[in-house]
Amino acid sequence: MKRCIERLFNGLIKENPTFVLMLGMCPTLAVTTSAFNGLGMGLSTTAVLIMSNLMISALRKIIPNGVRMPAFIVIVASFVTIVQLVLKAYVPALDKSLGVFIPLIVVNCIILGRAEAYASKNPVLPSVFDGIGMGLGFTCALTIIGAVRETLGSGAVFGYQILSEKIFTPISIFVLAPGAFFVLACLTALQNKFKAPSATNIEVEKLACNSNCASCVGRQSCINHQLVEQQKQEIAEKERQEKLKRAEELKKKVFEAKGGNE
Amino acid sequence: MDILKTVFITLISTTLINNVVLSQFLGLCPFLGVSKSTKSASGMGGAVIFVITISSLLASLAYTFILKPLGLEFLQTIAFIVIIAALVQFVEMFLKKKIPSLYTALGVYLPLITTNCAVLGVAINNVTNFNNGDYSSLQTVLMSVLTGFGTAVGFAISIIILAGIREKIQFNDIPKSFKGMPITLITAGLMAIAFFGFQGLI
Repeated sequence: MKRCIERLFNGLIKENPTFVLMLGMCPTLAVTTSAFNGLGMGLSTTAVLIMSNLMISALRKIIPNGVRMPAFIVIVASFVTIVQLVLKAYVPALDKSLGVFIPLIVVNCIILGRAEAYASKNPVLPSVFDGIGMGLGFTCALTIIGAVRETLGSGAVFGYQILSEKIFTPISIFVLAPGAFFVLACLTALQNKFKAPSATNIEVEKLACNSNCASCVGRQSCINHQLVEQQKQEIAEKERQEKLKRAEELKKKVFEAKGGNE
Repeated sequence: MDILKTVFITLISTTLINNVVLSQFLGLCPFLGVSKSTKSASGMGGAVIFVITISSLLASLAYTFILKPLGLEFLQTIAFIVIIAALVQFVEMFLKKKIPSLYTALGVYLPLITTNCAVLGVAINNVTNFNNGDYSSLQTVLMSVLTGFGTAVGFAISIIILAGIREKIQFNDIPKSFKGMPITLITAGLMAIAFFGFQGLI
């Protein structure tokens, strides 16, 4: 149980997918025009994440390693379809405002990233909690960004007017496309300023993706895994050869010493 | 003449007015990730044009001639993502075998494209936009290809511009905490404002 709680904390704070790992930037920027949209997107992603983590972790011993990625993608896509149909039936307003970004949850880096990094290697219960933690982290981040943009852009949060128009003139550019970039820029700048852990200010060793974590999913992450494995093997091989060399030198010395004795 | 007009208007509106990155927020990951130099940006742009054009053709063909007649429209997300993943894999193998020069230019960027949400986004948008009864099956497919091509050209334009600006501002005096990602995002925001100017074009 301790492990499960640790997973929740990990997803919410330590490895927050938006603020720390900088994953899933497209939905983060596109749907956070209001706090409500951010919350809806976050919760739909959470639902998909929990179910796909559950399924992938349950099937982790059955799916062959070679077709891992396609299998994961199909599993995720089926859950996304389910969520899409449920939203269409019960929350049509949200479905309309999120639009194409609901089916695009399939290519959200967070989901495949968690499947690859955690669910495919761990038992079912921790994987589910990992999904809950990551999903809640994403939801919180989207809601916060959405609330900031809505406040600046229209003086309201969740549709309730909190700043009256007399004292505050809404800066409507913040609910339009450029505002998303500016809000995120300020956010990452603050993170850099206070040296908070974030993918943008950590020097990662160069991999196939130029250490760009945002695009590190799917085949790319497979390639990275292969690269890491390859490097490990190379290092192991080097060590082995050095050992052999040393052993031979030792043998030589022993031989010479023996020869000298004789 | 009418056809020419439609083609022209579609291309202008997909490349400039509804620019895929700057106003629809699709494909941001490569936009921010692969825009460090103009060379890699143009490579990525080329690969994206290539893949999106073919994938929108295949996706619309599959939708109009397989999913729709069978009443399986709800399977579109699964079908499209499988088509795109297979296509990227296939294109990579084909280029490696037949056109090695193109493969060396685009090769590194191809695997990155499967997870580029612009590809799936364009396919889904096409299906929702062109299946409202105004278009015949053939027109749907042709319009999808045209839209796909225009969108991808829009992506290429914006990523190359961003890479050019990033190369220029590399040596500028930027506040320390704004170095790297934040200044890139601000540049992108200013570009988005500039692209708003195209909105009165049509």
